[in-house]
Amino acid sequence: MSVARDQFNTMFGRDPYSIPLDEYDMNQPELFQSDTQDAYFTRLRKEAPVHYCKDSEHGPYWSVTRYKDIMEVESNPEIYSSEPSIALADPEPDFDISMFIAMDEPKHGDQRKTVQDIVAPSSLASLEPVIRERIAGILDTLPVNETFNWVDKVSIELTGQMLATLFDFPFEQRRKLTYWSDVATAIPEPGGLVETREQGRDILLNECLPAFVELWNQRVNEPPKGDLISMLAHGKETRDMNPMEFMGNLVLLIVGGNDTTRNSLSGGVKFLNENPDQYAKLMADPSLIPTMVPEIIRYQTPLTLMRRTATQDTVLGGQNIKKGDKVAIWFLSGNRDEEVIDRPNEFIIDRARPRQHLSFGFGIHRCMGNRLAEMQLRVTWEEILKRFEKVELVGKPERAYSVLVRGFTEMPVQLRPKAK
Amino acid sequence: MTKITFVKHDDEEIVVDAENGTSVMNAAVDNLVPGIDADCGGECACATCHVYIDEAWFPKVGNTNDAEEAIMSLNPDRQETSRLCCQIPVTDEMEGLKVRLPEFQF
Ligand code: HEM
Ligand code: FES
Repeated sequence: MSVARDQFNTMFGRDPYSIPLDEYDMNQPELFQSDTQDAYFTRLRKEAPVHYCKDSEHGPYWSVTRYKDIMEVESNPEIYSSEPSIALADPEPDFDISMFIAMDEPKHGDQRKTVQDIVAPSSLASLEPVIRERIAGILDTLPVNETFNWVDKVSIELTGQMLATLFDFPFEQRRKLTYWSDVATAIPEPGGLVETREQGRDILLNECLPAFVELWNQRVNEPPKGDLISMLAHGKETRDMNPMEFMGNLVLLIVGGNDTTRNSLSGGVKFLNENPDQYAKLMADPSLIPTMVPEIIRYQTPLTLMRRTATQDTVLGGQNIKKGDKVAIWFLSGNRDEEVIDRPNEFIIDRARPRQHLSFGFGIHRCMGNRLAEMQLRVTWEEILKRFEKVELVGKPERAYSVLVRGFTEMPVQLRPKAK
Repeated sequence: MTKITFVKHDDEEIVVDAENGTSVMNAAVDNLVPGIDADCGGECACATCHVYIDEAWFPKVGNTNDAEEAIMSLNPDRQETSRLCCQIPVTDEMEGLKVRLPEFQF
């Protein structure tokens, strides 16, 4: 951990009720890496559901922690802008990549419409058999009764193959996509994936961008086809994008579709192992997979928050928010809000309304890939259940050092094959 | 109770009894009408309750509100008589209402 971060690591390991509320700052990766954030959020939801943090690594910001208040923010994009950034950190002046997740209307809608055909139901239907085949291919080569890291061998491999398919990216180079995605979200730290912000920026600008520009140049001269690069190269609203916008949309689609799905694939294994009654229920009735999948996504909440910026003075939950203030909407907290979700701290694979969760956000920015993500998870679990009696967790999972991305780096498992 | 007909994209008709005071979305969900997922539970925030209103009926079901317009306008398959049916209250005047279920929601 860097010295700069050290001074902001003020909450970890402390009793949530011993810290004065006005010293609360949830933007601390240590809390999420140790998976100890929930107790702090519980207190915020009860005592200060719209909470002002007067100083943090990224300056002052509001935390919105109740489901209903988050919904209100999501439903009023003209008051709560997605510009200039959906992360608490402001964009750097010399690396202002722009993506439609961080744009307001009308530009956001224009760009989103250009690419959303890739996730139209008809596209998903034709993708499904391809995905199933690739998943089967991965599962069939896994060792049985032998410890391995599920994150690397399954979750990363699968989402990497998926991305390569969506972009029609050279298949044998697919791990590069995973790498760039990780670089784009990495918190710089000594010994980390990137040590400085500049290093991360340089990797994206000097490696990722040129690789995609080359693909763009290829596709722009070919007739339009169904992959994302071709869609961007031929789309009316996107074909004249400048390099930073192109870069932004690539990073958005790579990151959006990558570690979110990856971490849900890992999370599911953990949750089923921690809840043997639910695992037994699933094995007895595989038709529960479609309701289990959104529950995994709720329980995992792969992106913990989005940031908005107030465009005017406003009132939320009785608090006066000023024009220009940063507002963090904490999906992870809203997904544990007992006022809206029944027994929110429990993992229950047959909930009545499993899609009532905030993990995909809501409103005009609601995750464009939500049905694709669900489909990947559903097909994966269908194929797992065909082959294995149990994916058994045999050690302690390790979590990522991040606030925004809630995920795993290690998940030691052994597979128990089905009796033939 | 008010009778509402949902027409699937393959023209199959599903007739349900809707309770006044709820929404057309509730009527669909309560009767397991396929293709109305209603992820957000009627908050006008997910657009998974999109329907095409029968033309003759369109003027009678009320106006599209701003939030609804904003989220529907992102959909390339949006039509002139598109509505998010969680925003349509069920009243006596709706007796016989006919709405089509878009193919893209299946
Ligand atoms: C379990 C997996 C996933 C989760 C949890 C997730 C989560 C999210 C969240 C929280 C947002 C922001 C929503 C908001 O601001 O209200 C978002 C936006 C987005 N996601 Fe996902 N995502 C997932 C998978 C995917 C996949 C597979 C794709 C690939 C197509 C994708 C593409 C996008 C895009 C393009 C946006 C921007 C939408 C906009 O601003 O209009 N996501 N996602
Ligand atoms: S149910 Fe979500 S918009 Fe109607």
